[in-house]
Amino acid sequence: MARRAQPIGIALPAGVLAGGAVLALSLGTLAAVALRAEGGTGLAAADWAAVRFTLTQATLSAGFSCLLAVFVARALARRQFPGRALLITLLGAPFILPVIVAVLGLLAVFGRSGLLSAALVPLGLGPVDIYGLEGVVLAHVFFNLPLATRLLLQGWLAIPAERFRLAAALGFSPGDVARHLEAPMLRSVLPGAFVVVFLICMTSFAVALTLGGGPRATTVELAIYQSFRYDFDLGHAALLSLIQFGLCGVAALLAFAVAVPSAFGSGLGRPLARWDGDRWALRLADAIWLCLGALFLLLPLAMIIAKGAAHLPGLPVQVYHAALRSLCVALASAAVTLALALPMALAAARLKRALGGALLAAGTLSIAASPLVMGTGLFILLFPLADPTALALPVTATVNAVMSLPFALRALAPAVAEAQRDFGKLADSLDIHGFSRLRLVLLPRLRRPVGFTLGLSAALSMGDLGVIALFADQGQATLPLQLYRLMAAYRMEDAAGAALLLLILSLGLFWLFDRGGRINADL
Amino acid sequence: MRYPTLAAGLLGATMAQADTPVLTVYTYDSFVSDWGPGPAVEAAFEEICGCDLQFVASGDGAALLARIRLEGARTRADVVLGLDTNLTAAAAETGLFAQHGLEDRDFDLPVAWEDDMFLPYDWGYFAFVYDKTRLDEVPTSFEALAALPDDVKIVIEDPRSSTPGLGLLLWVKAAYGDRAAEIWQGLAPHILTVTKGWSEAYGMFLEGEADMVLSYTTSPAYHLIAEGDDSKAAAGFNEGHYMQIEVAGQIAHSDQPALARQFLDFMLSDAFQSVIPTTNWMYPAVTPAGGLPDGFDTLITPDTALIYPAGEAARVRDTALAEWRDALSQ
Repeated sequence: MARRAQPIGIALPAGVLAGGAVLALSLGTLAAVALRAEGGTGLAAADWAAVRFTLTQATLSAGFSCLLAVFVARALARRQFPGRALLITLLGAPFILPVIVAVLGLLAVFGRSGLLSAALVPLGLGPVDIYGLEGVVLAHVFFNLPLATRLLLQGWLAIPAERFRLAAALGFSPGDVARHLEAPMLRSVLPGAFVVVFLICMTSFAVALTLGGGPRATTVELAIYQSFRYDFDLGHAALLSLIQFGLCGVAALLAFAVAVPSAFGSGLGRPLARWDGDRWALRLADAIWLCLGALFLLLPLAMIIAKGAAHLPGLPVQVYHAALRSLCVALASAAVTLALALPMALAAARLKRALGGALLAAGTLSIAASPLVMGTGLFILLFPLADPTALALPVTATVNAVMSLPFALRALAPAVAEAQRDFGKLADSLDIHGFSRLRLVLLPRLRRPVGFTLGLSAALSMGDLGVIALFADQGQATLPLQLYRLMAAYRMEDAAGAALLLLILSLGLFWLFDRGGRINADL
Repeated sequence: MRYPTLAAGLLGATMAQADTPVLTVYTYDSFVSDWGPGPAVEAAFEEICGCDLQFVASGDGAALLARIRLEGARTRADVVLGLDTNLTAAAAETGLFAQHGLEDRDFDLPVAWEDDMFLPYDWGYFAFVYDKTRLDEVPTSFEALAALPDDVKIVIEDPRSSTPGLGLLLWVKAAYGDRAAEIWQGLAPHILTVTKGWSEAYGMFLEGEADMVLSYTTSPAYHLIAEGDDSKAAAGFNEGHYMQIEVAGQIAHSDQPALARQFLDFMLSDAFQSVIPTTNWMYPAVTPAGGLPDGFDTLITPDTALIYPAGEAARVRDTALAEWRDALSQ
């Protein structure tokens, strides 16, 4: 068994190193900002109001996203129909859109002059006023329902097909299936999904501000922004950022405490057939959930397409240059994400549960980071060493990779753990180690999450405005930045065309990778 | 053998570049965009300076100041262009800026300009822009706006994250002083929402979400000149309109002080100023010989120009912010 040390020797240091790098980028940048501060003020009443509002909206947003996702994901897991794969890809679109594009799409449907108001006003109702907490939650559900659905869908697909076969052989009713197969799965997957959405909503800023209606809807992230831009109080910004980390940490710990591994044992990876969903009432229910989910998520996208389609052909050439730049950043970012996430997931599977959990938590920490603090911290750290402008694109790719790492780990870590648990002993007994083990045993089982990870991180990076706005010079605009520049120059129609281009490219990247991961896999 | 060759090549390239002095100008993002003044300004200045003009962009005016503060004395900037008078007091406090020494200049500003550190390059009035085909009753003051039915909605920008938002805050404060809080309470039912920046707010207005948006008196000129659309107008307010004056200053430790000064001088010339109206959509600080472009004559011209001197703006803004937040949080 001496050679057993070999795979540990590769995976463990690589994973720990990756974890360290991520920690440096999340907490290290915060420390850089804090150290640069002179004095700094304590927390005021307004800051506590921001903390309260942030927690309220994040809890509601995560709750609704996950609740709806249970029904939508179950319907998707139970049903096979033409266009299902396309629907799953399209449902992912809102999550990867830049905020301003998504908000304008949402307003075209739910706004005062949107489709819904137009339909209601003749009936003597409306116009709909979504501004306030409800608008914030609506937008966050729009953004995060697709992610929650994907995470839960992966949970459903992780239940071995043999279990459903057995359930069918034993004559399980849908209720029995729900109790014995679905409930334990949800118990293990839901807390994680809830926390991921909660954390994303915690750091929300532009959505909460634009649809929140006013200063009541101040989030911690806006308070951080204010400390930088309005007061230039770096100490205060660092303090608020630390509070943000603390709150997110508590939320994550709670989720770890609540989540229980589902322990279905291993299956043979056979395609899934669902005998339990074959009743007309369930068919109808699933159809309704799928229609509602699709309408809610796709109508705003359709409005973005409708508004942008006419202006797409005549876009200025600079927009295409920016698009090319964004594609390169997105591909680099996807590669870095996988290079960080895979070793971390492998190392976590090798470590004891607590240590592995700690490593994954470190990797997830970046979700609580304020992009503004991270960008500024990096700026402070890099400025003495090099010209930040020259590093704008590599820094953007790296920060984007770290920002999508939590989602990558959520998708990869359970799959790695399960593959190790189910096939690790067999692989050991056959003496398959190192890269052969990765190639023969793990990767075939990881194709789906790896494809998802690459697709998601590339698409997220594509749509992210992020740190580029802090670092860019004249010729370095990415597509989202160019979109903002068009808007700032009053060119809203070109901006609508650029938004559509961004939507197409983000979704295209996601689809390519995700599909690559699903070839021969029956999703 | 490859490495020495490569090194020599790099060295040669650096030396070739070193022959042309580089002037680095920090500015806000929309200035350097392909649709902003940046490209035309760069071409025109490089024609006369024998230098390489490089723009470095950073968000908006407030982000620009934050960046200068972060970089401190080690900044690469020679000139900073794009602060406004609400930010200049804090900028002067950094001690990074030099006096411009261009004293005897005449500006076409509604107010006198006396600042030995910063020079204005353009200016504008904040105003609520509306669609003539959609708004029935156009308010003529903040009080008239407050008195309109509650379903007349405006979109404004957050003063904590945007310069127009801060401008509105100071507008109300300059016009009403101690009554500012009361005015905000009257406006509160009309405020549909508050956005992070100008682009979001203006986009929402154009989508028909709100009847009016906080922008500039010059905004309708864009629609008229660039789109041939005369449906947009700015509402003239009796109490006067708050001004935004955008300025540039020279960095004291600049290694190109002569070039930096030449740039500031160039900034007030026709070549620079004539680009401003139809790229930055603001009034030029010195009206070019050819006058303003056709269409600017259709804009409203407020009777009273409101503005706080640099130091005063910094002094009142925290009080104004607290009043704003309290009134809108109820």
